[in-house]
Amino acid sequence: MRRFTWFNATSLTLGFVFLYLPMVILVIYSFNSSKLVTVWAGFSTKWYGTLFQNEAFLDAAWVTIKVAVVSSTFAAVLGTMAAYVLVRGGRFLGRTLFSGMIYAPLVMPEVITGLSLLLLFIGIGFDRGMMTIILAHTTFSMCYVSVVVSSRLVSFDRSLEEAALDLGCSAFEAFRLVTLPIIAPAVISGWLLAFTLSLDDLVIASFTSGPSATTLPIKIYSAVRLGVSPEINALSTIMISIVTVGVISASLISKRAAVRQRREETAAERASD
Amino acid sequence: MRRFSLIAVPYFWLLVLFLVPFIIVFKISLSDTALAIPPYTPTLDVSTGWEGIRNFFAQLDWENFTFLTTDDLYWKAYLSSFRIAAISTLLTLLIGYPIAYAMAQSPDEWRPTLMMLVILPFWTSFLIRVYSWMGILSNEGFLNQFLLWTGLISEPLQILNTNKAVYIGIIYTYLPFMILPIYSALEKLDASLLEAAEDLGCSRITAFWLVTIPLSKQGIIAGSFLVFIPALGEFVIPSLLGGSKTLMIGKVLWEEFFSNRDWPVASAVAVILLLILIIPIVLFQRNEQKQREAEGQ
Repeated sequence: MRRFTWFNATSLTLGFVFLYLPMVILVIYSFNSSKLVTVWAGFSTKWYGTLFQNEAFLDAAWVTIKVAVVSSTFAAVLGTMAAYVLVRGGRFLGRTLFSGMIYAPLVMPEVITGLSLLLLFIGIGFDRGMMTIILAHTTFSMCYVSVVVSSRLVSFDRSLEEAALDLGCSAFEAFRLVTLPIIAPAVISGWLLAFTLSLDDLVIASFTSGPSATTLPIKIYSAVRLGVSPEINALSTIMISIVTVGVISASLISKRAAVRQRREETAAERASD
Repeated sequence: MRRFSLIAVPYFWLLVLFLVPFIIVFKISLSDTALAIPPYTPTLDVSTGWEGIRNFFAQLDWENFTFLTTDDLYWKAYLSSFRIAAISTLLTLLIGYPIAYAMAQSPDEWRPTLMMLVILPFWTSFLIRVYSWMGILSNEGFLNQFLLWTGLISEPLQILNTNKAVYIGIIYTYLPFMILPIYSALEKLDASLLEAAEDLGCSRITAFWLVTIPLSKQGIIAGSFLVFIPALGEFVIPSLLGGSKTLMIGKVLWEEFFSNRDWPVASAVAVILLLILIIPIVLFQRNEQKQREAEGQ
């Protein structure tokens, strides 16, 4: 008994206007030629030009990308291991503590995570820099990966693994040949999630970075703290475009894969008839 | 052996980089502030053997926690964070529910697109989404210009750098977290229950209150916690959109650490925030557990 009423249409429209209008305004004003960000003075792309001449921003962007790639890769591996242990590991000493440590970082305020990691690095005399940001990002994003992957591990048919073991696979082969291909989409989306979280993180990176490594969010934060800046508008527009293109193409690819799978399944059914 | 290393690697990683840091925070919250590097005493000096360890424990005290209760900045900050988080959670629910409801009522072929439109902002940088409101809410900003142009107001409203801007920021950034669990609860709702209610003489609005709302309760609870818990410790939103009068504990901790360089007090602030957060986190976990059990049946 679904009824799509005028009230529903209005709340959807207003909701999406609220979610998207601020970003649309930001994109429009990034092409404003005036330095006064709120007065429209004609179309210009000059802020993109000054942005690309700004060495500090380019350096920070490069550091951010390196940190994100390395930490999300570590996080994907460790998170998948953790998910496998949680779902298939059976009982072992300290299991409750382990699952607590997986879920706690998801709800922990970033200021606390950042502070505690910084105090650890100082306590053991570890120089802060890119390495410490990578360690920090890996730690909190592996927990997100493990939640994504374990929901996939819970839902898939265990007898497939058992069949592989019965047919003579070692446990590791069964994982590599059966389990991994099945959970691969979850591992990939976990990696993407970890990558975005790392790109986006300001608070934890501020605590764990040293003078030698500044990430883009730290740079953006210090530039906008005192007010709106046209260069940051340009930078934001670039980042918003990349994400939009990425998410839309990812959803198109998965849609196409689903269609293909359905077609193969119907073909297989027909063949078996 | 393989099983052991499979468990040991992530276990060890989390012990060293998650649990041990917390123990250090707790330890430093019991230390004294000092003008040194690192700026606190006592530090554990193992080289003097047993004597060093005993000295270390002898110097620990609850002084920083007592300090937090004497300076009313801190408890006001906790209280105000709690109020801001609670009010914005309620507002997010009021805005998010109709959107989730409309999504659940929409035709099947729209749903993947609507889902994507709700999730897309989540992939966009949090910092940039908060920042985008600075240009809108400022005195010469888009909103004030628009309102002046329509003649609704004769002079600009001061919104940026007040608590109002903080509410708007929290609602805006956490809205998807509210919409998604409510939508997934509403989507599973059995439409025949509503038909039964209407056949038995309920009006549509009564049926909505008596059937739809109670059956989406788990989604409402989950969404509310997903907004409330991070909002309580929020730093970026009050720092960019709030003013000097906006007190939120995340901001106080940040300033205590980076501006005042008072590590022991910053650690004590963190310990108390954590203790406050344990209650909603446990309640949230219990709600999730209940939901899993209900689905398992």
